[in-house]
Amino acid sequence: MSLLSVRDLTVKFAMRDETVTALNGISFDVAKGERLGIVGESGAGKSITGFALMKLISRPGYVDRGEILLDGEDVVKMSDQRLRELRGDKMSMIFQDPMVTLNPVLTIGQQMVETLLAHRKLSREEARQIAIVKLREVYINSPEERLDQYPHELSGGMRQRIIIAIALLLDPELIIADEPTTALDVTIQADIMELLLELCQSNKVGLILITHDLGVVSQMTERTLVMYAGRIIEAGRTREIINDPQHPYTQGLINALPQQTLPGHKLRQIPGNMPSLTNIPPGCPFNPRCEYATDLCRTRIPEIAQYGEVQVACHEVQRLQAEGERQEQNA
Amino acid sequence: MFAYLVKRVFQAIAVMFVISLIAFAIQGNLGDPLRELVGQSVSEEVRQQLRDELGLNDSFMTQYLRFAGNALQGDLGTSYFFKEPALDVIMKKLPATLELVLGATIIIIGLSIPLGVYTAIKPDSILSRIIMGLSIIGISVPVFLTAILMIFVFSVNYGWFPSFGRGDVVHVWGYWETNFATADGWMHIILPSIALASIMLPLFVRLIRAEMMEVLQSEYVKYAVAKGIRPWRIYFVHALKNTLLPVITVGGVQIGTMVAYTILTETVFQWPGMGFMFLEAVNRVDTPLIVAYLIVVGFIFVVTNTIVDLIYGLVNPTVNLARMGA
Repeated sequence: MSLLSVRDLTVKFAMRDETVTALNGISFDVAKGERLGIVGESGAGKSITGFALMKLISRPGYVDRGEILLDGEDVVKMSDQRLRELRGDKMSMIFQDPMVTLNPVLTIGQQMVETLLAHRKLSREEARQIAIVKLREVYINSPEERLDQYPHELSGGMRQRIIIAIALLLDPELIIADEPTTALDVTIQADIMELLLELCQSNKVGLILITHDLGVVSQMTERTLVMYAGRIIEAGRTREIINDPQHPYTQGLINALPQQTLPGHKLRQIPGNMPSLTNIPPGCPFNPRCEYATDLCRTRIPEIAQYGEVQVACHEVQRLQAEGERQEQNA
Repeated sequence: MFAYLVKRVFQAIAVMFVISLIAFAIQGNLGDPLRELVGQSVSEEVRQQLRDELGLNDSFMTQYLRFAGNALQGDLGTSYFFKEPALDVIMKKLPATLELVLGATIIIIGLSIPLGVYTAIKPDSILSRIIMGLSIIGISVPVFLTAILMIFVFSVNYGWFPSFGRGDVVHVWGYWETNFATADGWMHIILPSIALASIMLPLFVRLIRAEMMEVLQSEYVKYAVAKGIRPWRIYFVHALKNTLLPVITVGGVQIGTMVAYTILTETVFQWPGMGFMFLEAVNRVDTPLIVAYLIVVGFIFVVTNTIVDLIYGLVNPTVNLARMGA
């Protein structure tokens, strides 16, 4: 059985005059110790997916339907008490911007110790010792001194290391990392990712890595979901998605990588912008930007379907696949 | 830390200089002090002679410098009415006022934090709406009306509380007599304290609520939830500590303002403090006493604000007092 099983998860936001669907019936699984990447542009719904898994969607957002089974327990229907027990313990989260994640008026030690005490019966001193061990694991030097410092005394990279240490404090089964390096200096981004990968592998922790960086996904994860306008449009093994993308959007994303363009040439980009969630076009949400779009794409939403190892939601892929099968039969 | 302290003290001195200048300038514009001193039956010649003796014919600057020089030695002039040093008159009245302000402050701190936190956590509950509605009324109704209404209801109708004066006070030290040593003293200070708190309390409830609601939206509160921290700890440790930082700053200014509000409260309750004294001094055109009152109140204001700024620096770890002096 998989560690996490998400089925038909739909998140809506009740705005003043209309209800916006931010996540539209997404389903996926994460096996124990598996590392899953979620990629997409800003507004595709990847961060909302991450927060929904922790049931951290706050008003006016709400989970409209679907289930999130963590070891068979449905997070959506869980009591507040049980949720609190799970958060930080069985699954923990790494936020985007380490500069605003830690509480400015509490010391690093207070913020680590309180996390341990919220879930385990420990003395303060025992909790402090565990915190020191975890800080060493993320290569923080002189951890004893760091515990008595306030967040503003530390650099962004150091703070994100500490947040990773906090995420690992209670040996969780799943870590959700929401663009953990976007707010950091380019030079330390790679360090942080490497550290995260190393710790997930050595502790056998499942990881959901939310990012817009396909390069990071290819290094860090085993499987990938590509999201667009609140839906999963392609899912499968990371290597296959990177090497042989099926969905025109995924192809566009990979072609847009600077490595795919010869020096001196203009970077290739996907024309247009992702539609705003209040104004999603009928049919396939990607159709206005898609070079293969047909009348079918403009009227009917493609269902996600399995093609060999990957799942794709695209009429064109479906057509090509069917054509290929016909030819095989004819041959 | 020391450099910062020195800097703050210099600022405080500058403010006190401006206050003394304004207070002194009023003196020359509040009617003829000689009329208050000698009445109307003295001849013009004698009046002129007295004016010379009192230095009232000197230039403004000379008079101010003389006044400031005396003030620095603790001499703020002599009250025309009491025929005693004005500062002594005020010092005798000061403890009563400070105890009243203390009583109101205790009520404000004791109630505004729980009410502000509650209305921020449960903004849609019926109780929150009632509290917010009452707070609007509290802010809108003037202190003297609240005070008179309370006397009418609780003193006249029910007879639970005395309606005026300080009651049994116990001498503590110097001019300081306290209300807090006897049951009768307590009974006397309750109504005036509530009346004085009635404007500031709703203001603080609303301020704490607004700040708290903003803090509850912050990333670090969301992160604390994601760590599985218990709700009471999130509210009272993570959120409240950040909420109170701006509240402390505003609070310092408001304590000073409250000293000024005591004029109304003390008058309605016949509270023998310096606010009541000030009103009497105005009625009697007791100019030196008025000037001395303004300077003492200004001094209290400056001192409380300086202390509040220092406390802010101690509470907020991102303010480094040691470096701020540089």
